[in-house]
Order: sequence, then C-alpha cells, then structure tokens
Amino acid sequence: MITIDMRRMLRWGMTAGGVMTFTAAVGMLEAFEDRLLIYPVLSLGYLLLLWFVPVAGYQSSNVAVLEGMEAPPRGLHNVIAGAVTGLVGGVVLALFAIVINAFDLRDVFVPFSLKLVGLLTYGLGVPEGLPYAVLAPAALGLVGGLMHLLPASVRRRVILAVEWVVVVALLEQVFSQILRQIRLEVVADRVFTLKALEWWAALAVAALVAAVAERTRGGFGRMRERLFAGDPRQRTRNSAWMAVLVLVFLIIIPQLLGSLLSEVLANVGLFLLMGLGLNIVVGLAGMLDLGYVAFFAVGAYTVGVLTSPLSPRFTLEWSWWAALPVAILTSALAGLLVGTPVIRMRGDYLAIVTLGFGEIVRILFLSDWLSTTFGGAQGVQNIPGIPLGFTEVSGVGPEGVLYFALFFVLLAAWISWSLQESRIGRAWTALREDETVAAAMGINIVRAKLNAFIVGAILAGFAGALFAAKLGSVFPSSFELLVSIIILVVVIVGGMGNIPGVAVGAVVLIGVLGGPNLPGLLAEFAEFKLLIYGALLVFMMLRKPEGLVPSVRRSRELHADELTQDAWLDKSGTLAEAPGGGRGAG
Amino acid sequence: MVMLDIHNLHKSFGGVEALAGVNLHIAQGEIVSVIGPNGAGKTSFFNVVTGFYPPDSGEILFEGESIVGLESSRITEAGIARTFQNVRLFLNMTVLENVMVAQHCRTRAGAFHAILRTPFLRREEAEIRARAEEILSFFGTRLVGYRFDQPALSLSYANRRRLEIARAMASEPKLLLLDEPVAGMNPRETAELTGLIRKLRDERGFTVVIIEHDMRVVRDVSDRVIVLDHGVKIAEGSYDEVSSDEAVIEAYLGRPAEVG
Amino acid sequence: MTSAAATRLPRRRRPGWVDSFLLAVRIAAIVLLIWGIAGTVVKGINGEGPTGEAWRDLVVAGIAQGAMYGLIALGYSMVYGVLGFINFAHGEVFMSGGMVGFFVANYLWDIRFWDTNFVLSILLVLASSILASTLVAVIVERVAYRPLRDAPRLIPLITSIGISFFLQYTFAGLFGVAVKNYPPPPDYLRARIGFLDLEIEGTKLAVIVVAVVTMVALYLFVEKTRTGRSIRAVAEDKEIAALMGINVDRTIVATFAVGGAMAGVAGTLWALLFRGVSFITGFLPGIKAFTAAVLGGIGNLGGAMAGGVLLGLFEGVGPQLVLAGFGIPGVSQLKDVVAFTALVLVLIFKPSGLFGERLAAEDRA
Repeated sequence: MITIDMRRMLRWGMTAGGVMTFTAAVGMLEAFEDRLLIYPVLSLGYLLLLWFVPVAGYQSSNVAVLEGMEAPPRGLHNVIAGAVTGLVGGVVLALFAIVINAFDLRDVFVPFSLKLVGLLTYGLGVPEGLPYAVLAPAALGLVGGLMHLLPASVRRRVILAVEWVVVVALLEQVFSQILRQIRLEVVADRVFTLKALEWWAALAVAALVAAVAERTRGGFGRMRERLFAGDPRQRTRNSAWMAVLVLVFLIIIPQLLGSLLSEVLANVGLFLLMGLGLNIVVGLAGMLDLGYVAFFAVGAYTVGVLTSPLSPRFTLEWSWWAALPVAILTSALAGLLVGTPVIRMRGDYLAIVTLGFGEIVRILFLSDWLSTTFGGAQGVQNIPGIPLGFTEVSGVGPEGVLYFALFFVLLAAWISWSLQESRIGRAWTALREDETVAAAMGINIVRAKLNAFIVGAILAGFAGALFAAKLGSVFPSSFELLVSIIILVVVIVGGMGNIPGVAVGAVVLIGVLGGPNLPGLLAEFAEFKLLIYGALLVFMMLRKPEGLVPSVRRSRELHADELTQDAWLDKSGTLAEAPGGGRGAG
Repeated sequence: MVMLDIHNLHKSFGGVEALAGVNLHIAQGEIVSVIGPNGAGKTSFFNVVTGFYPPDSGEILFEGESIVGLESSRITEAGIARTFQNVRLFLNMTVLENVMVAQHCRTRAGAFHAILRTPFLRREEAEIRARAEEILSFFGTRLVGYRFDQPALSLSYANRRRLEIARAMASEPKLLLLDEPVAGMNPRETAELTGLIRKLRDERGFTVVIIEHDMRVVRDVSDRVIVLDHGVKIAEGSYDEVSSDEAVIEAYLGRPAEVG
Repeated sequence: MTSAAATRLPRRRRPGWVDSFLLAVRIAAIVLLIWGIAGTVVKGINGEGPTGEAWRDLVVAGIAQGAMYGLIALGYSMVYGVLGFINFAHGEVFMSGGMVGFFVANYLWDIRFWDTNFVLSILLVLASSILASTLVAVIVERVAYRPLRDAPRLIPLITSIGISFFLQYTFAGLFGVAVKNYPPPPDYLRARIGFLDLEIEGTKLAVIVVAVVTMVALYLFVEKTRTGRSIRAVAEDKEIAALMGINVDRTIVATFAVGGAMAGVAGTLWALLFRGVSFITGFLPGIKAFTAAVLGGIGNLGGAMAGGVLLGLFEGVGPQLVLAGFGIPGVSQLKDVVAFTALVLVLIFKPSGLFGERLAAEDRA
C-alpha cells in the first residue's frame, strides 16, 4: 500500500544537494553570512543555503491528489522520506565541503575558500563539522516531511507564518522606518537588533500571522465580490470610493516612508510607467519588444538637450513642461520609425530586431559622431528639475518625484485600462490570438500594431522625461539592453496583460531587488541581482507563465488544455459560475 | 444584380495549380454551393477571394470594383466575411468579445475617445454590445445568457461553428462565405443549421456562398451549385442538373475503367 | 480582349503606405551605401584614409572574426531549425567554452607545456572547451527547454533570456568578474605568414583553417550519419519523424550537443583572436551570431557560416568603407551599429535570408 519511492527521494535529495552546493559555490553563502535575519540564530546566507531542503523534503513524498481521488494515508513514511531526502542533500553538501577542503581551487573558483569550508561545517572544520553538515539538512528535510502530518489548515498557517517572518526580517528597513516615522522608535529598537529580528519578535510575528491567517483567507475575493457585484451604479460608486481610498493611501505613503524609501518607490514608479507601456506592446498586442529602452532614452535625451544649460549644442534652457510635449512627440516618432519596419516580421525576429534598434540608439548617443549634440559618454549634465510654481521637483527631494511618478503612473494605468476596454484593445487581443483571422475579421493589422508600438513608446518617453529631471543628467550607460530586459521581467513576473500584475511586479522586483544600477530595499543583493532575475524568469516561465497576478485571459491561454478538458467533462457549466476559476492543478 | 464576378482566376502553389482559370459569378441574394472532390480548389477559392493570397492572375470584381490585391481587412471592410474549415475562433476571448471584435471595421472610436471615455465612445460601445447580443440570439438560446462571458474554448464543437458564423455576421458583410459549416455536426444539428443558412438570406439579407460536402445540405439550401475540380469549374446549375451531370459524377467517382 | 490581356499580368498585393516606407528605406540605404563608398574612394585617390595593406588586414580580420560568428551561428540555426525558437542563451554556451578553456590553458602555461608543445596544448584546450560548451548546452536543454516543447513560441525565447543571465552571473560568481587573459600564442603564430600572395597574421589564418575544417566535419556529420539524418528529419516535421521511429528527444539533445560543440570550437577561436574572456564575453557575439544566422537564412547550415563571414566583413570593413566616406569621426565605435543595421536591412530586403531558410512547415508562418 504505502510505498516509499526511493528514486523520487533520491532525485529530490540530489536536487536539494545541487541547490545547496550551487548557492555555496557561487558565493552567496559567504556574501550574506553577515546579514542576520533572526538574531542570533539565522543569517541570510544560511537561509539561502537551506531554504530548499524542507521544500524538497515535503515534495519528495507529496502525491498530487486529483479531485474525486482519495488522499493517500499520511504517516511515518512521509517523515522518513523527508529525512532521507534531506540526508541525501546533506551528503552532497558534505562531499562538496570535503573537496574544497582537500584541494586548493581558489585560483579557478573564486569563492572556494577555507572560510567557505568553515561556514559549511558550522565553524568546526572538516572532519569534526561534517556530521552537522549532513544532519542539519536531514533535520530540515524531516521537518518538511512532518508537514504532511499536519492538517491542511494548520500547515497553511505554519507556511504563512514562516513566510511573513522572513519578509519582516528581510524588509527590516521598511518596518523600522515606518515605526520610527510614527514615533515608535522604542519598539523598533527593541524588535530589531543589527538589522535582524530578535528571536522572540520572530516568534511573536509568527504567532500573530498564524492567528490571523485563517480569517483573511479568501477575504480579498469576498471583498471584491461584495464591492463589484450588484448593479452597475452601485459598482461605480464603490469603485469611486476605492479610488479615493487608494489616492489617500498614496498621498500618505511618502510621509510614512521618509526620503530613502521614497527614492526606492520613485524608481518603482518609473519602472512601473515603463512596465505599463511594455505591457501594452508585449502583454496586449503580443509583440516581444527587447529594445524598449530606446524610447526611454529618446524621451530622456530630448528633455536633457532642450532644458539643460550645459546641453552641448543648443542652449535653449526650456522649462521641463515645454520640453515634455516634444519628448512625447520624439518618442512617438521613434516608435513609428522602429515599429514600421518590424511589424511584418515573425515574432522572434521582431524581438531580435528591436533589440538591435535599442543597441543602435544607445551606441549612437555614445558615439563621438553625435557627441556634439548628445555629449558622448558624459551625456548631458545639469538638467533642471520640474518647476511647479511654488517648488521644484528634482532628485534632491525624492518625495516630490514620487508624487510625480505616482501621478504619471495613475495616468498611464488609466490610459492602458481605457484602451484595453475599447475596440482598440479588443483588436490587440484578437491579433495576439490569431493574426490571420484578425485580419479576416476586418482588423487593420498594421495600424493596430503600430498603435500599440506608439502608445508603448509614448509611455516610455514619459518615463524618460521624468528620469532626466529626477537624475539631473542623462548618459548612455543608463540605457543599456539590461533595462529592456528588466522591464520585461517586471511585466512577466507580475503577469502579462494585467495592470495590477505589472504593479506587483514592479514593487517586488524594482522595489525589493532593485533595478539596473538602482539599489532596491535589499541593496546587499547587488552582485547577485541579475542571477536572481535570470533564475526568476526561468522559474516563472516553467512554473507560472501567467505571472504572480495573472490576467484571466492569460491564464486561460496557458492552461487551455486543462480548461478544455474540464469543459468536456462538465458541459453543464459549473465553470461558468466561477469564470477563470478552473485553473486545475496548475 | 451580380455581386461577385470572377474572371479567369489563377493561383498556383509551387507548381500545383489550385485555381486554373475559374470563371463564375454570384448574384445578390443567392445561396450558392461550391462543391467538388478534395483538393478541387474550393478553399483556395475562398482564400483568394478574401485576400489571404493575391491571385496569380485574373480579376475579382465585388459590386463592380476590383478587390484583387487588397489586404484581407480591406476586403472585409468592403463587405465579404468568411468562416474557416477548421474553426478558427479567438479561443481565449469570451463568446461576446469574439462577436464584438468583428465589428471593428464598422466602428470608429479611436484612442482619443477611449482615453477620455467620451459620450460617443460610451454610446458606440453600448451599440457594439447590443449588436453582438442580438446577433448571438440568432442561434436561439445556445450562445446567450451565461454563455456571453464564457471563453470560446469552453464551447462545444457545434457551438464553435455557430459562433464563427455569428462572428462573420458581425462584420456586416453583404457576402458570407461559409467553409463547410456543418462539418462534424450530428444530423439534428445539421438540419437546424441548414434552416439557419436559409434564414441568413431570407431574414438577414446576406448573399451566401457555402463550401459543403454534405449533399443533403447542398440540395436543401442552394439556389445554384458550382462544381470545381482540379481548379476549374466543371459544372454549374441547379442541384438536380449538377447531380446528373456526367463530368461531375466522373470527378467524384473517377473515370470508369476503359475496356479494350 | 484588352482587359483579358491586362488580367494575365501577375498580380501582387497593392502597396500600402508601409510598403512605400520600406521602399524609401531601401532606396535610402542603397543611396547612402553608394555615397559613402564613393566618398571613401575619393579620399583614397587623394591619398587619405587607410592604405592597401590596411584594407587587406581589415578584410582578413573581418573574415576571421566572421568565421567565428559563423560557428556560433550554426548552433542558433540548428536549434531554430529543429525547435523553432531563438536560443538566446547560446552566446553563454560559447562563453562557457572559452572560460573553461582558459583554465586548462592557464594550467598548461604554468607547467610550461604551452611553450614547448603548443599544438598539443591548443588541442587540449579545444577539447575541454568543446566538452564544456556541449555539456552546458545539453543541461540547459534538459532543465529549461524540454518542459516547454509545446508552449507558445515566445515562452522558450523568454526562458532563454533568463537562462542567459543566469549563466552569466553563475560564471561571474564561480570564476570572478575579472577578465581572464589566455597565455600568448607562440611567436611563429603571431608573426605574419605568407599565404598565396597574401601576408596573413598566423592566428587569423589558424582561425580560418579551424573554422573551415569544423564546417566540413559538421557537413559530413549532418549529411552522412544516422544522427545527422534524424536531425534533418526532425527539423522537417517532428511528428512524422516520431512516427518513423526516430527518438525525437534524443535527436533534439543531439542537436543541442552539436550546436554546443561548434560554440566550443568558437570559444577557442575567440581566445586565439582576442585572448581575453569574461562572463559577459558571450553576450554580444551571441547576438551577432544570431544576426549571422538570419543573414544566411535560418535553418540553413551553409548559410549560417556564409552569413557569419559576411557579417564579419561588414563589421570589419563597413565602418571604414562606408561611414568614413561621410567624414564621420570615430567610425570604429560604430561597428555594432553596422552589424545591427545589416540585420534590420536584411530582414527588410529579404526576410528569409540571403541563402534561403530551411524550416519545418509550422514555423514558416
């Protein structure tokens, strides 16, 4: 009856060992060992090293239960499977420690130092510490296996509690800043020691989350139903109230966060603005634009050249407000010029050609040839801020930039939403689904695609104009290909084709991890930022291509098989009562 | 009055002549069936008329004006709409959206109206929706009500075929080209759809050309039958005339073995 | 009768404004090209600009670098032919070969084997480079691309962008971010060698020879072996190939392995040409090589190689030949602009490449 699947355990164990070895080998363990999360027991380094082991321990005996099937009995075998998985992983890690201890490989592998051996063996050195190196993962695997024995609701609470403790500890900066801003320095000083959560505070957070967890479960869905069901007039009124609430929240937030965090949030706003634009091009119209940064650059350079007193060629010294329409115009024009030759191309050719255009634009701005206008590598300096009559918005006061960015983000969100909900948006969706048929239904493909390209370019131009005023200078290295890629990751991780999704993506990635050359809240991740971006992109594509906050349509598309099956099995239309809810066992 | 007039239409794909000089005309208010054995060039005929491929040579006059070489969206705008042999719906869009999107070329609100949510846009959107609902009600209760907001991929096969016809109707064509509308349907569904095709002409005023293999449907709906084989028209006339035509029988059954 | 005569004329799509725009781009491109070359020629007559020998060096350098692009391009072309997506991470496959090769070369230098026995050394480096690239290519296929076999085509492309960054920064983490310089090749290779009537730098000649030999080997492999035939069959139609008893999964792995091996050879050639490798070495050559593959017609192996050489020439000679004719300063900064412009123009003029695409039916859309 109950069989222990040895191969499965071995596979998960090797995977866990691989993940641990990888984390140690690329230097993450060593780099983050100083950053404590829970004082004095857990550092970020060890969290990154070991987090996967309990997951593997749980998965190694996890059987997917289909609807109508009886769940297999849970028991000791789950625990054993977890422990064995952890043990296998631990053995792999111990072998790794032995190897780097025995051979001096530092000339080749930079992080393979004796310090790493020390960390892997918990400071005890090779023969003495090896049992711990094996047993710690085994214990964690066992914990993972134990999770099977908990009733589902308890399990959910435990997982949620652990997640929240990690989040609070990681985002110490935010929480202590907010506490300070509302004059609770005393609490902040008590709860956080050396940027880490005190162990008792961690327990308290866990207890609190576990207690509250069950109550809020499904709360959002219920709230949304209550707010947005019912007759249209009621719905409009509720939406208006929601909008007011959100607005008030957004106005208060910079006051709560102080200038450092406002700076981070302003960057989030900037990237969100671009993300919304790229979302139209990629998410709605289905064109993978890898040179999106070009329009951002065009917007920024237009404002720089027109407003700066140090502009190499012109000395117009226009106000930002006068330069903005020109920036929009030039970026729209760039959208038209780049868009026209590429719209007839196959999807993947389009991706590479737009990438090429992005690079061409950057190299031209960098070149000696055009340096008499754009300043070459030095770029354009001394760009003034945005005059507002009573004050001036510039990088010196990030709160002002944040308000400004928020304003433009709301504007951009409104533009994308209203286009999406019109015949233009429907045309985009149709041509993403099937271009030939869309044309046969009377949609002018060329025009629809160019529309998307130009709207996207304009939003990026906006972001560029704001960026120039915020930074006070523009130079080519701000517009590398990486920026395009990171915006793409923001859109994809958040959820293509979905405005709230893009917002979540921008906050999580740009805000927490940081953008290109822009530190996020976890500034310590800097050197591994792109490693994590890459891994995240792959993970999302393999496991959750519809993103963190999927649009209904996108998840339909990506889980079409499951849904079709459901529809065949159940023609009576239970799915109709829960539209989009039939995601199956995704 | 002649609606579609085709002269000497040629189209070949890599040496294979799909259309080898087709001459035919469709009059306004007719229901015409195009039949012929597999590979006779029926679907190629539709594809060339709707602008999927430009013809190699020949003339296509729609209401007296040449539509050769136009983009297929322009041809739809001119008033020709079609369905596909292998049903091609926008599967992830809802039933209603599928029909709404096909009204694209009959509506005008641009980005300006959309962003400012002008009264013009609101009125037009309401009209688009109302029209879509009205068109879907043409098929009885099958595609209405809760079905409006279901994704097209949740529909059964027969309903997908119906939705495709509804989508074609929504672009307000004068001429409807239906490619094997009853393929894969059971006899009851077939009979029902046969009736609907007549209603398309009688109640809605469309001129209809269908490609069909089901000879009962062809007999029941067509005013006139055109037979294609190897890219040329081999016969034309009423169902009875055509069904007793020797060339047609030969095309379908093959030449009888010659003796001696 | 006149109307009948008129309708016999072959018909094409009626041009819209996009067509007019593209036509304008074509004309502008040709005019600018001729104008620039004319400018350079006039300069040459006046005794300005590069000398004849300098031109020859530019051409040879272009061909050598192009041969390397060509080898990388083969990997893009084969994967695109078989799976129909751009393996953006292929540049990193190339980089991993060069990187691993460096450590072997460095070790051989340390034990003084490199000086005394250069040919054997470079063969060892080549072997390790091929091994590393092949391994990386196969692992990436297994972990990231196989689960996405039936996904919409942009999904594996996006995945490969993720893989690309992941590999870059994994290498940065493992081996450090510093540029690693290969030990210098022996003097006789660095000297100029008489070849036919030309004097060619030895390393460049070696690069060209290795590329040609590799290409011939690949040609024989694809045309004459069982695996090669399977690859061609799978590229033509996966389902039918499977029905014919070809193991599609294994064939796809073979495709990645062969593409990886070619990239590994290119990694060593890079070392001969430029000596320095770092974790971002693969990125730009990767994109250039993809350009080369498109230039030659994707899926077409001979085309990929020819496209590589052409792109190398455009890049090597183009800035001096065309841009300098306009009196633009600092033209060598603009060689990437020339390469990308070549890509854009090829896709406008002839989207199926100069030598024709060979793709499975479902990818031709």
